Amino acid sequence: MGSLTLKNIRKSFGQVEVLHDINLEVEEGEFVIFVGPSGCGKSTLLRIIAGLENATSGDVIIGGERVNHLPPSKRGIAMVFQTYALYPHLTVAKNMSLGLKQAGESASVIAERVKMAAGMLELEPYLQRRPAELSGGQRQRVAIGRAIVRDPKLFLFDEPLSNLDAALRVNTRIEIAGLHRRLGTTIIYVTHDQVEAMTLADRIVVLQGGNVEQVGSPMELYNDPDNIFVAGFIGSPAMNFLDARLLDMPPEVKTIGLRPEAISLGDDGPIAGEISHLEHLGADTNVYVHVNDKLLTVRLFGQHDYEVGSTVRLCFSPESVFRFDVEGKRIR
Amino acid sequence: MQRVKHNWLNLTLAHTALIAYTIIALFPVVVILVNSFKTRKAIFREPLALPNSETFSLVGYETVLKQGDYFGYFQNSLIVTVGSLFFILLFGAMAAFALSEYRFRGNTLMGLYLAIGIMIPIRLGTVAILQFMVAAGLVNTLTALILVYTASGLPLSVFILSEFMRQVSADLKDAGRIDGLSEYRIFFQLVLPLVRPALATVAVFNMIPIWNDLWFPLILAPGEDTKTLTLGSQVFIGQFVTDWNAVLSGLSLAILPVMILYVIFSKQLIRGITSGAVK
Repeated sequence: MGSLTLKNIRKSFGQVEVLHDINLEVEEGEFVIFVGPSGCGKSTLLRIIAGLENATSGDVIIGGERVNHLPPSKRGIAMVFQTYALYPHLTVAKNMSLGLKQAGESASVIAERVKMAAGMLELEPYLQRRPAELSGGQRQRVAIGRAIVRDPKLFLFDEPLSNLDAALRVNTRIEIAGLHRRLGTTIIYVTHDQVEAMTLADRIVVLQGGNVEQVGSPMELYNDPDNIFVAGFIGSPAMNFLDARLLDMPPEVKTIGLRPEAISLGDDGPIAGEISHLEHLGADTNVYVHVNDKLLTVRLFGQHDYEVGSTVRLCFSPESVFRFDVEGKRIR
Repeated sequence: MQRVKHNWLNLTLAHTALIAYTIIALFPVVVILVNSFKTRKAIFREPLALPNSETFSLVGYETVLKQGDYFGYFQNSLIVTVGSLFFILLFGAMAAFALSEYRFRGNTLMGLYLAIGIMIPIRLGTVAILQFMVAAGLVNTLTALILVYTASGLPLSVFILSEFMRQVSADLKDAGRIDGLSEYRIFFQLVLPLVRPALATVAVFNMIPIWNDLWFPLILAPGEDTKTLTLGSQVFIGQFVTDWNAVLSGLSLAILPVMILYVIFSKQLIRGITSGAVK
């Protein structure tokens, strides 16, 4: 019902190809997140799924039906935008019901669905207000409500949390996760924030330069990245990369990667460095260490104190070392 | 917000300049209004004096309302102005929407082509326009005037409106598409209300020249039935005798409707001019 298949999707703007042969299978009820740096094509891909852009070639299949030539309103999708995109001249209730009215639903069905969505998102007191009279968090809830009311096969979220402040972002994130659990609808979600991706997704699709770099569950990507890009993109603070010649490595290994949390500081590690800066976060301490002009991050749990400028040695187990070849491919 | 410290000298100078400009701008209007209420002798004896019990006279207004079909002229002017504004705004906004919203081959070129019209005065084409109107049988019709003013007003309005429409959130239009709104409803119900200040700006910029125009009414529609107010007022100006009372009264009456329209649009107008400049 709510599955999504992308087959050989390509998209060009003029001479520039921004998506190169994207293939993806999303199962019913899955929460899939497209993540990547800005300009990687993730939003364009979402807009192609929504039908707001046409793919240059390839097929979009929603719920087993090829929807290439259907307009957005006929695809059984609902979309939540970064800027909320509420209709400024309509009340909250009318904002939520417009799509159904356009689809020709009966008034009783519309009223019931709006009531259900408003209850779910605690929007009942605001139904008669206009968007201008709501706070940012409430507006985003209305936007989500407008999507729920349509009862879609597929929810599309385009960076829905980017315009919210930090505290609201965490709350809304939890709300979206709860919503997915209750509704069980397939969700495609675009973000550039890997923390959002890690916390929400069943599966993450990492995109870069119009290519899918890797698809997998958050822990698969974290523990078993395919290449140097995914390894560096997933995880915060980011993975440290060092010249392989620092360690005794086979000749095909060009770069080694070490997660900040896999390193500890001691007296007998294989690599020496100079402490350049400390960040005390309470639960963690981030130590920045200079090794051969490269700045490495070491994440220590608990509170530690070191003198800036002192020399330390980095200790890590050999299994925690990620190895990459000249092209950035992982050597397992 | 931090308050800007005002230097009283600057403040005085600025106000002096503004007040001086206001006086210069309003002076002719005031003279027209004041003298329209005076007898003919008083107008020439003391043009700047206010009317008193001796010099007060409504003879100008009486002449205007009796002689000639003043209300007819008035109606013609109103039809031409409102009609032209309606089409300028409608077609201008539609063209602007197409230029700002859709990617198509030759989009930039089309925008430039439309903008060129701003730089070329339409009066250069008067002879050709007249020939065209004669051929189309539109001479001495208000339609001719509305067509000409619509054509001459479109370039600037397309230019201004497309700039404003680019600022309308793309997400909003996409949300409309996902909810199944047609492109027409997206245009009329989502985009137009959001560019209302720009529409008012365009309306005011076009309204006054159209209302005041003498050139095209004189050439394309000089017939008694299609005379506009400005043209109609000319009957009182003769080669040898000019009925100044009537001319001044006629002009005073002609100011009123433009002023009413201006007041309606002005709140939006100021927002249109300052939006973007002040965030």
